[in-house]
Amino acid sequence: MALSSTARLPVGRPAAKRPGRLRRRLAPYGFLAPFFVLFAAFGLFPLLYTAWVSLHRVELQTSERMDWLGFQNYTRLLADPFFWNALRNTFTIGVLSTVPQLLMALGLAHLLNYRLRGRTFFRVAMLMPYATSVAAATLVFAQLFGRDYGLINWVLSSIGLNPVDWQADTWASQFGVSAVVTWRWTGYNALIYLAGMQAIPGELYESAAVDGASRWQQFRHVTVPGLRPTIVFTVVVSTIGATQLFGEPLLYEGNSGGGISHQYQTLGLYLYEQGWTFFHLGRAAAVAWVMFLLIVLLALLNAAIAARRNRTDR
Amino acid sequence: MATPRVRRSAAALGSTVLATALLLSACSSGGAGSKDAADGKVTITVDLFGTFGFKEAGLYDEYTKLHPNVTIKQTDTQDEGQYWQALQTKLAGGGGLADIQGLEVGRVASVVQKQADKFTDLKTLGIGDVNDGLVPWKGAAIKTADGKVLGAGTDIGPEAICYRTDLFKAAGLPTDRTELAAKWSSWQGYLDLGKQYAAKAEAGNAWTDSAAGMFTAEVGQQKVRYSDESGKAVHDSSPAVKAAWADATALVADGLSAKLAQWTPEWNKAFTTGKFATLSCPAWMIGYIKGQAGDAGAGKWDIAAGPGKTGNWGGSYLTVPRTAKHPKEAAELIKWLNAKEQQATLFTKQGSFPSSTGAQDAIKDVTDAYFNNAPIGQIFSESAKAMPAQVLGTDDGVIGKAFTDALGEVERTGTAPDTAWKHALDNVKKANGN
Repeated sequence: MALSSTARLPVGRPAAKRPGRLRRRLAPYGFLAPFFVLFAAFGLFPLLYTAWVSLHRVELQTSERMDWLGFQNYTRLLADPFFWNALRNTFTIGVLSTVPQLLMALGLAHLLNYRLRGRTFFRVAMLMPYATSVAAATLVFAQLFGRDYGLINWVLSSIGLNPVDWQADTWASQFGVSAVVTWRWTGYNALIYLAGMQAIPGELYESAAVDGASRWQQFRHVTVPGLRPTIVFTVVVSTIGATQLFGEPLLYEGNSGGGISHQYQTLGLYLYEQGWTFFHLGRAAAVAWVMFLLIVLLALLNAAIAARRNRTDR
Repeated sequence: MATPRVRRSAAALGSTVLATALLLSACSSGGAGSKDAADGKVTITVDLFGTFGFKEAGLYDEYTKLHPNVTIKQTDTQDEGQYWQALQTKLAGGGGLADIQGLEVGRVASVVQKQADKFTDLKTLGIGDVNDGLVPWKGAAIKTADGKVLGAGTDIGPEAICYRTDLFKAAGLPTDRTELAAKWSSWQGYLDLGKQYAAKAEAGNAWTDSAAGMFTAEVGQQKVRYSDESGKAVHDSSPAVKAAWADATALVADGLSAKLAQWTPEWNKAFTTGKFATLSCPAWMIGYIKGQAGDAGAGKWDIAAGPGKTGNWGGSYLTVPRTAKHPKEAAELIKWLNAKEQQATLFTKQGSFPSSTGAQDAIKDVTDAYFNNAPIGQIFSESAKAMPAQVLGTDDGVIGKAFTDALGEVERTGTAPDTAWKHALDNVKKANGN
């Protein structure tokens, strides 16, 4: 959109003579206004109000009452071993789900980047998991991971291994939750990588091939460097997604505790439990703000790392 | 050149107005009420948890026959914990509530002490006497300090033991109800018989479903469980909890538990595969077993008086929220559903045991064909007669879950009972405090 010149109107000249000017200058704001109005109402206001709530004792059952606490919710939170447990779980589940997910997505995208039969079919099929609802996917996985009647344990015992308690065991349950996340998002990320790969000029591959580079070497020395900005983007988005992980662990066993020992209770689940199982809205608001700051911090960290990488490459 | 520009800014202005209008309309609250035609037709909405059984027992059909102008619309959440969360969210927001909302006995103290203003005093609807014919503690629990009647008592949960006669036979155990009731007259006897069963039973065939089920049943036999009369939480010192904990962990140590988590799909499935031979059975569990085991389970199950021959696990109330669209009609329906005739029908068809003493007299001779014609009327009546007037606390639901989760840790992750006990106390602390 071209910016209208902001030259001052000559003095003494009635503005009424230039009816179009003002309108043209305001038009873009008019078009943008709906977004900002909506953002103010549904983004900014809740954010600030949550901060305000987090400084009070508010109980869902008596939500009309607000008692000023100052930062007591926050100090309490930082002294709560369950919070640190949730933070640790969020991190381990985040790593367990994001790393394999992005590596697999990269591999898949690389394969799909070659000319192969039924390419379009595969590309569409990749998006199927992403298009299913979290609830449906998680419920199916929870069945597969069932201890006594699950398909996975049936396979394990039929090849002579001991069945695993996928709900109660710490690593097994975190793996189970991560499996759902990985299944849902791998295809989505693969398509983003594929789009990035399509933008890498074919000449580079040709000249690499002429130099005698194998496919693996082409992948390492042409594809990956060319994809760097895309990879940074997916890492940032996946990190934020992992920090906010909520639906999968909630539905894995259908309660907000995150397992009988809270062994896969993520931060999102911890927030939900404080607010809607124990009805401490003030404390839940404090968790929400801590999560918000954490995500900002992670995004900055990601940006800093990406910037450094870019500098060192030049 | 001027016209398109005018049009453009007009469009921009228009979209702004539209967005604002959308915003405003999004903020108006939506109730769950229904539009009623002017011809006196009324739709009463009922929101419940678990299986109350009104619909299944044909009570709604009967009522709408008597009142042709009434339609009843029921929604239902299987898991009471989820139902309670949703109810609280709606109460806080003030929208989406039904005309009649169910309430579990473990939540009653919390509602009476904290949220009396969110429910209608049934006295103002002309049915203040709705709890007069019930066992005394049932009505007392739903009355506020200043005498408001916030709900009507439906069923109570007298306890017994349900067992699989086919599995008992296979393990060489007696299947006669009287004989079994004598053998497990105490929880120790129940554990001893369990060991006898385990010695003979096939692998993968446990004595009972879970430590949690046994724990809840045993705790339910005492007057003071998780809170004392002053409302203070005493779960960490109460003898009832300590004794039940010791027995439930002994059950795990002896390998008598199928290590299932109650109310999960795996647990539901185990009803059909015969993974466990006994189950702590409050009266309403009868309907649950029939629902899960289905026709294939008919005749395989039986019921005998349990250890201690008494106890209460669960039971419910019906309430009318302040925001109900048809409080008058809702009150009328509640009054009818809670009358002794309907409570008796509900027990005969569904197994939910009446809190109405009149209904209790009427169902003394009821037997159940599904359970080998067990005299369920007699068994549960005796259990109800000896039932203590339980002291209810505001956090009973949360505390109960903390302990059953901790028992799950003992049986499923091999956590030492003492460590798990500490976990349970920590979990209660996490839920409460400030």
